[in-house]
Amino acid sequence: MLEIKNLKASINSRDIIKGLDITIKPGELHAIMGPNGSGKSTLANVLSGKNGYHISGVIQYKGKNLIEIPVDERAQKGIFLAFQYPTEIPGVNTNNFLKTSLNKVRKSKGEKELDTLTFLKIVKEKSAELGIDEKILSRQLNVGFSGGEKKKNEILQMKILDPSFMILDETDSGLDIDALKTIANGVNSSRDKKKSFLVITHYQRLLNYIKPDFVHVLSDGKIVKSGGMELAVELEKTGYKKIK
Amino acid sequence: MKNQNINTLEDYKYGFTTDIESIRAPKGLSENSIKFISKMKKEPQWMLDWRLKAFNRLKNLKEPNWQKPKYPKINYQDLYYYSAPKSASEKPKSLDEVDPKLIETYKKLGIPLNEQKRLSGVAVDAVFDSVSVATTYKEELTKKGIIFCSISEAIRNHPDLVKKYLGSVIPLTDHYFATLNSAVFTDGSFVYIPPKVRCPMELSTYFRINASETGQFERTLIIADKGSYVSYLEGCTAPMRDENQLHAANVELVALDDAEIKYSTVQNWYPGDKDGVGGIYNFVTKRGACRGKNSKISWTQVETGSAITWKYPSCILQGDNSVGEFYSIAITNNHQKADTGTKMIHLGKNTKSKIISKGISAGQADNTYRGLVDIGKNASNSRNFTQCDSLLMGNKCGAHTVPYIKNKNSSSTVEHEATTSKINDEQLFYCNQRGMNQEEAVSLIVNGFCKEVLQQLPMEFAVEAQKLVGISLEGSVG
Repeated sequence: MLEIKNLKASINSRDIIKGLDITIKPGELHAIMGPNGSGKSTLANVLSGKNGYHISGVIQYKGKNLIEIPVDERAQKGIFLAFQYPTEIPGVNTNNFLKTSLNKVRKSKGEKELDTLTFLKIVKEKSAELGIDEKILSRQLNVGFSGGEKKKNEILQMKILDPSFMILDETDSGLDIDALKTIANGVNSSRDKKKSFLVITHYQRLLNYIKPDFVHVLSDGKIVKSGGMELAVELEKTGYKKIK
Repeated sequence: MKNQNINTLEDYKYGFTTDIESIRAPKGLSENSIKFISKMKKEPQWMLDWRLKAFNRLKNLKEPNWQKPKYPKINYQDLYYYSAPKSASEKPKSLDEVDPKLIETYKKLGIPLNEQKRLSGVAVDAVFDSVSVATTYKEELTKKGIIFCSISEAIRNHPDLVKKYLGSVIPLTDHYFATLNSAVFTDGSFVYIPPKVRCPMELSTYFRINASETGQFERTLIIADKGSYVSYLEGCTAPMRDENQLHAANVELVALDDAEIKYSTVQNWYPGDKDGVGGIYNFVTKRGACRGKNSKISWTQVETGSAITWKYPSCILQGDNSVGEFYSIAITNNHQKADTGTKMIHLGKNTKSKIISKGISAGQADNTYRGLVDIGKNASNSRNFTQCDSLLMGNKCGAHTVPYIKNKNSSSTVEHEATTSKINDEQLFYCNQRGMNQEEAVSLIVNGFCKEVLQQLPMEFAVEAQKLVGISLEGSVG
């Protein structure tokens, strides 16, 4: 699915990712943990193609080098980023936004664009499945949303767009236990043999619900340790300092 | 005729010209050219006298120069004040007689004149250069007593109404461009809605400047008699030429007791090329009088075209409890300039006005909101709410908000809110990450920014306007 080799990324001549290797196979869920400022969000941005970074190394996605491919095409190819801080877009209805988005993705796959009725049916289904109130979708995109609503909206979008590689950037931060379960439910119900996840988190909490196949510790732009769930448990006890 | 290398035709899809023989007035502004216009239009003597009075007045007037966008001096002797497709000199009696080339042009513009093919419920009066070509749906409207025809026809067939109301909102002596229009106006629409009639369809005019070196001076007069309602739309395009063309229209609206007029404009005149060569000077005077009690006039404008847009669709709130509204989107890209806004003159008691202005500036464009809210000393318990939002794209463009507020009545209130923002990279990234390209993302964000205004447009035009918003800003984000 995704193969990253010797990835380096800098912004304004400041090095942030300093030689990172990771291989994610179809069906796997990898968790990335690490202290603040270790480069976790930069990794999420770089994988989804955000402008402004100077990048070297290789990012192979489904056998193709991603580095030259713009953000929107990556999204159409099935890369999804659940944002840490979803931005507000005033005046834009969330349903309309999502319908435009879904139809862009469908079109790029050669599928027929959906009319509004069919789209709303899908929305109803998926939001019921996740136990998310679909009313948030009739509001302006993220405007006046609570922290929890923003994150739920990200997961609902993820469910509806049905991508193949999903990056969750601290989606669990600041959530109460019910919201956390909703997010975990969204991830677990999306897991299958063909889909992969990269879950960025500070805490073991979310990982208790979604059971990662691998846990990596990112520190100062490099992966310093990899393991299974036991690594997350250890981190929770000892903190990051010991790992360094 | 100047020609230009039209290599940017794809940017402005209305930039084609139609090869139609035209009849023109003698070049230049003179008593003779005014007489020529009046004669071509078979006008009665009183109309010619009115024009000449305006012309005499004009000699003592100077062009205003307080606006922000400056423009090179216009040589008024170098313009043609009348240009008509030759085949229209005998006005066609039915659509079958309309020059097929004209029909073709309108098809290109997406205005099917042919009644069968038309969007349902919109009656169209089409003005090509200076002559109104055909008015659809006339019969159906006539049954209700509604008059919807070209102003030239109205002058001949409904002289009493025209005499009573023409110049009653924009006087002959108003200002240079308005007075120029009064002297040389060529065509435009006339609407009269009888008492208690609700006009059953959207009325619409489509303006097009085709001939070169031609000014377009249309005149529109809409009267909503007591208790009536009408919604009126105008759309405008022009071919691409490397000269600047002047468009100086006058629009007068009169709403009597309990009447309502909704006037919507989608203005997409040729804006000039990327380097600011050519384009229309859109210097227009639009004014509505809420003459009766409980009357209402609502202006909605989507201004995306023209090299310079300079206009202030205004409301004179004379009747007690009357309401004036102004909803505006002004988009300027490349070297376009806009100085636009409104005037709300509160004279009656309990009058209300609302101003929502959205200015979007990209490229090296400059966008000014200028507006006056004037609450007279007798306008007790009156209220105004103004909201001016500016959106900047890039760092070479400008946005300015210039509100003038005069409140002479202590029981009245005026509120003014203004914001200036930039499209931020996070918003663009978010849209991109959901599969939209840069242009789709900009269009989506800007349409969101303009939503309150777009909502005011009649449905089928709202869709067009949304597309136009996107197209106007293409290439504005690198």
